[in-house]
Amino acid sequence: MADHAALLYTYDLPFRAALTDSIISNILLLGICLLVINTIRYYVPKKDQFMNIIIMCLVLTVIWLLISRWLLSITLDQYEGYERLLLHSVVIRFSIAFLIVGITTAIAIIWYTFQEQQRTEKREAEMERLNKEAELFKIRQQLQPHFLFNSLNSINALIALRPDEARKMVQQLSDFLRGTIRKEENQFISFQEEIDYLKLYLEIEKVRFGYRLTTELNIAEETLNWRLPALLAQPLMENAIKFGLYGTRGEVLIQMKAVIEKEHLAVTIINPFDPDMQMPPGMGFGLKSVQRRLYLLFGRNDLIEIQKTSGEFIVVFRIPYTHE
Amino acid sequence: MSKVIIIDDEPLARSIVKEYLQKHPQLELAAECNDGFEGVKAIQQHQPDLIFLDIQMPKINGFEMLELIEQPPAVIFTTAFDEYAIKAFEAHAIDYLLKPFDQLRFNKAIAKWEEKREAATPSKTEDLLETASLSPSQSQRIVVKNGSKIKIIPVHDIFYLEAADDYVKIHTAEGYFLKNKTMAHFEEALDKLQFVRSHRSYIINIHQITRIDPYEKDNHVAILRTGVKVPVSRSGYGKLKLVLGL
Repeated sequence: MADHAALLYTYDLPFRAALTDSIISNILLLGICLLVINTIRYYVPKKDQFMNIIIMCLVLTVIWLLISRWLLSITLDQYEGYERLLLHSVVIRFSIAFLIVGITTAIAIIWYTFQEQQRTEKREAEMERLNKEAELFKIRQQLQPHFLFNSLNSINALIALRPDEARKMVQQLSDFLRGTIRKEENQFISFQEEIDYLKLYLEIEKVRFGYRLTTELNIAEETLNWRLPALLAQPLMENAIKFGLYGTRGEVLIQMKAVIEKEHLAVTIINPFDPDMQMPPGMGFGLKSVQRRLYLLFGRNDLIEIQKTSGEFIVVFRIPYTHE
Repeated sequence: MSKVIIIDDEPLARSIVKEYLQKHPQLELAAECNDGFEGVKAIQQHQPDLIFLDIQMPKINGFEMLELIEQPPAVIFTTAFDEYAIKAFEAHAIDYLLKPFDQLRFNKAIAKWEEKREAATPSKTEDLLETASLSPSQSQRIVVKNGSKIKIIPVHDIFYLEAADDYVKIHTAEGYFLKNKTMAHFEEALDKLQFVRSHRSYIINIHQITRIDPYEKDNHVAILRTGVKVPVSRSGYGKLKLVLGL
């Protein structure tokens, strides 16, 4: 700014006029630069868009030139010869301004690209950490000691009472365990596969809990081909069953609905609950880990929703359409 | 003849115990119960000599059920997997059956119980319950008997606790409930950042305090949201200041 003023001063312009010109031009230029920085902050250009960026800088510089010329000619028209000076200096003004806007843009792009990169790296690092955690959790869940030993105990009782049912349950339990082992974290499967797996699990639980547990699945036909990450619906269902069975007395109805809604697969799981009871330990963790996984896979926090009414605990999760 | 009761929420888990009991004609099955609520009733009604008790059950677990019974009968716990419970059993040398178990293991448990009964070894159930009640799930709620009804009090609903002879009065919005425990027990079991022993006979839920006023010399009194005044001793005042960050 001082340079600018000094330069004009040497062109025989009165000091006051030189200073005003300098202030107006530079404040305007600062405004333009801030505009550029703010734009790039929210919208980092991709590699193949450099032509657009250069054009944007040119356009902004021209706009700056026009506005500053207009403002300067209004404020400084009492000085003799100023109009001429303004005309003569158009090229140099334009060049310097273009240079400044260009450099600012370049720095902003580098800075924000760098920041974005850091964010991505951080997200990836966290994804890796969570994957490890999920894997550990999965290993523990795979073993599912409580579920496994209780199922074996039921089979033990059935062997004496109803041997055919015992044999059927051994088969179901084996298929279920094989399913848990086979599935990779973050692997996408069809909703049909997840439902089949879920049904296997429900059959076993129904043998264990007898008349107390009833389930109602309401799955729309068009959802069955939807792709979703493996092992999302089943853990939520397991949560709902545990919460329902251990949080209330008497018969427990677990409902599940699946529909396609605004290009998302929307799955609702409802279990009865007593507002006075605390969530059983582990349940909060199950919900949170599903929420985290959805965030890491889709970068969104709004894919799982929990509602509590006076007697119902409702979990809704949504899966956007993917090509995977 | 000795009377036996089975308490388990899984029907097949009860039927396996029934099956194994057939080899022990000296034991008579008096009742089968789906959960702790039925268990409390059946124990009062039948006064059994022995119960088979599951841990994880609807609303109240096996330990909480036992707490509600004045003089609990001998217990053989049956559980699938519960690290915390197993630690508690081992610490107090109480017999337990890990599901699934076979007839042989079952017979051993019965033999052990009969041996203990003849030697009249005092039951260690109370020590066991003391340990079990410190488990994470149980420190979130207190189960009490209110007449013939069973009431589950989430700890955040408690206003304050007051010593009353052999009992502790648990004051809540619905009035107070009595629990046959000591103040020292609750001081240990409840979250120390939320419940402060303000006085020899009082434990306060700090979220209920609206102000603390001086009272006579050296003493203070805590005023709760409901307007109730709870005594605060000198050392209690120090503890409150620490927790409240004053």
